[in-house]
Order: sequence, then C-alpha cells, then structure tokens
Amino acid sequence: MLTKRIIACLDVHGGRVVKGVQFVDLVDAGDPATQAARHAREGADEIVLLDITATHEGRQTLLDTVRRTARELFVPFCVGGGIRAARDAEQVFEAGADKVSINSAALADPTLITAIGRSFGAQAVVVAIDARRDPQAADPVRDAQVYVSGGRKPAGRRVVEWAREAEDRGAGEILLTSMDADGTRAGFDCELTAAVSEAVGIPVIASGGAGTVEHFAEVFARGKADAALAASIFHFGISSARSLKEELARAGVSVRLPC
Amino acid sequence: MRVTVIDYKAGNLTSVLKALRHLGAEPLVTDGDLSLVESAERIVLPGVGHFQATERLDTTGLTPAIRAAIARGVPFLGICVGMQWLYAGSSEAPDQPGLGHFPEQCTRFPECNEKVPHVGWNSLDARTGSRLLAGVEPGEYVYFTHSYKGPVTGDTAAITHYIEAFAAAVERGNVMGVQFHPEKSGATGLKILSNFLIWKNEGSAC
Repeated sequence: MLTKRIIACLDVHGGRVVKGVQFVDLVDAGDPATQAARHAREGADEIVLLDITATHEGRQTLLDTVRRTARELFVPFCVGGGIRAARDAEQVFEAGADKVSINSAALADPTLITAIGRSFGAQAVVVAIDARRDPQAADPVRDAQVYVSGGRKPAGRRVVEWAREAEDRGAGEILLTSMDADGTRAGFDCELTAAVSEAVGIPVIASGGAGTVEHFAEVFARGKADAALAASIFHFGISSARSLKEELARAGVSVRLPC
Repeated sequence: MRVTVIDYKAGNLTSVLKALRHLGAEPLVTDGDLSLVESAERIVLPGVGHFQATERLDTTGLTPAIRAAIARGVPFLGICVGMQWLYAGSSEAPDQPGLGHFPEQCTRFPECNEKVPHVGWNSLDARTGSRLLAGVEPGEYVYFTHSYKGPVTGDTAAITHYIEAFAAAVERGNVMGVQFHPEKSGATGLKILSNFLIWKNEGSAC
C-alpha cells in the first residue's frame, strides 16, 4: 500500500540550518548534512532543503551544502531556494538533489516548470506555493491567494488555479505552505490543502503549522495530503520521524514502518 | 568492481552513481562509447522521465551492444524507465520499441480516483527465489515515482499494489529490472543494489 510521506524540512541560511517563526527571529539548528543524515536515520521518508535567503553570492555555499548533504543520503532529496533558471536547477541536480522546488521563479516565468521537466523529468519538479486565505473573499479557501517574497507580497494569483496550471505545465508535485499556519504549531490548513489536492492529479505536500501527531493525522485524512512537511517539531529533538510515524500508524495512517 | 552505467540523457545519474560508489563499485559512464559496453562486467541502465528518451540508445548504437552483452551473460539492471525498456515497448511512446527481452508492453495506470503518478514509498511482495531481492522481507518499502508500469507475468520478481498489481521488479537469468529507485530506497534499496553487484552466473568459474 502506498504510504503517506513524512518529509523533514531543513531551512538553510548561509550554510546552516535555521528556524524562525514566519521567517523572522532565526535560531541556529545545526549543520545541514548532519541534520539530514539524522532525519533519514530516524525514519524521515524524504528530505527537503530550502535556502531561505538564496542570494546570488550564496549560490556556491548552497551547492557545497547540497553536495555534502547528498553524499550519504539514500532517500529522496529535494532542494529549493534561488532556482531561477534551468541552469540553476541543473547545478543543483549535479550536486546531488533528486528534485528541485521552484516558487517565485515559476510564477515569474511558468515555462521554467516545463523546461526543467523536459530535461530532468516531471518527477524532479516540485512547485512550491506560499498561500494565504483571503478573509475578504466570499470563499476564503477557494479564493486563497499566492504570495511571494517570504509571504509578504501577493502574486495576484489564486492558489487552486496556480496549482492546476503548474500541473498542466508539467510539475510533478505541489508543495503547499500555508503562510497563515506556518510556524504557529497550531495545525495545518486542512481545508486549503484539500481544496488543492482535489483540484490536481499530482501529489500535494502539506506544509506549515505542524505541532502534534494529530495535526498530521488530520492533514492526511481531512486535508487529503499525500505527504506532510515538518521542520521545527524535529529540530530540537522534540520528536523523531520514526516516533511520529509509530503514533500515526496507531491512529490508522499508512506509513513506512519499520524505517 | 566495475559497473558500466548507461547515460542516455534521461534525467540525472548522480544518485545512482553515488549509491554504487557507496557500495564499493566503480561506475564507468558511457553515453555512446560502445567499448565500455563491450568490455562491461555489469551494466546499469538508469532513467527517469519519458520512454521516448530511450530512442537515444538506438541512435548511438548502444541497443545492439547491450543486447550482445546480455547474450554473453553480463548482469544487467534496468531502473525505472530502464526497466520498462526491457519490455517490447510502452504506451507512453508507442512508436519507440524497447529491447523486447520481455515480450509484454508497459502501460499507464488506469484512470481512477487515485493520483497518477504513483509517488512515494510502497511495499514489495517479492517472489521466493529472486536473487535480486534476496533478504528483502515481505512488506519492505521502496521509493517509486512513475505513471507507467509493466504487467505481472512469470518473470515478475516482486509485485506492488497501486490501483492494480504491477511488476515492481522483473528478473530472468542475468537480466533484472526494478520499477522503483533502489538508490533512493534507504537500506532496502542498497541491499537490492548490493545483490546485483554480487550477482554471478551460476555455474560460472568467475
């Protein structure tokens, strides 16, 4: 049976793992290669590394980090941040990533999705969407808006429509982050995740708001997510992917165990 | 131990090369140098992406070279599209023939409520006696990402269920294929790659 994936996310800034609430007050959370290896050992089904600053000067640092992290990692490894052209993606793949996550660059030039997919396969292209509900709209979930610049600027697109377009253009997966929920540890936005998951035929990874085991069980059941991302709940040894999955299995969620 | 890895420009080889090196093998990559196939001790054909990409194996002359190597008894492992290529063809690219080592066709998962592609960790039900999957316990998980698959036949070495039962692995003599990505399937995947690396022709002196 196909299992629900628990994905460990490492936010990286200047070659170090960091964690903050809604992209501010960053705290150092260790070396990316060490952290990725630990998460894989402790049962994470996949590792995502996001370069949250992604400056031009930082490219080489990122590629070095990806290379070091990928070296002994034998689970799927996705890298995002600062990928603006097919050439950027190619460098990240050569450094050892299996997938790239693209966000604002795909919004600016949606043909980038197709271009990367053509060279590396659709399975290698994850389109990341930063979403906020639109409280002014008649249907805040259906009309949820895409944001860029770390959730500060509206992109002028509806989330569900953009996810569909990304699929049509050849994305292999959608990584959906609720900016409302991110960092709050108050639960995923299940309604928004379900709206996107029902609108597309490709897997949807839910992100933002993980705090408890119940939150994961909810986003798989009610949110119809195929995978869920967790960052802060793992970093400081609060919980491992394995213990999370053991509890999810007891709650009836199909997960990869033993792992 | 040297392994010839075929590069036909379908996706990224880095992960496969890394896993082979981790297991102590020395991968030699060819995108058309036939001598590396002619002298191959083992051959791995990776591949992600579209079946049409295998056309490059024909235009570079790699197809007949691989066919000859297989006939000589060289152990061969196809991964993902590399496994599908062992069949007669795939409905993904109906005009592009496969190797035809297995006579069936690969087909897309049928339309239904489930998502296609099949992405993620799914369990293996391995056939007893499979040498490629020796030591893989029932229900061990491996990582898949694909929309097309081979049918379950007498050559199927492991079955996985998604929408319907399909061939997760195929094996006949020295010719093996896996629909999943052993290089991305943790300890289980490394065990399978390792089985391939130690595979020997039964009865041969070497």
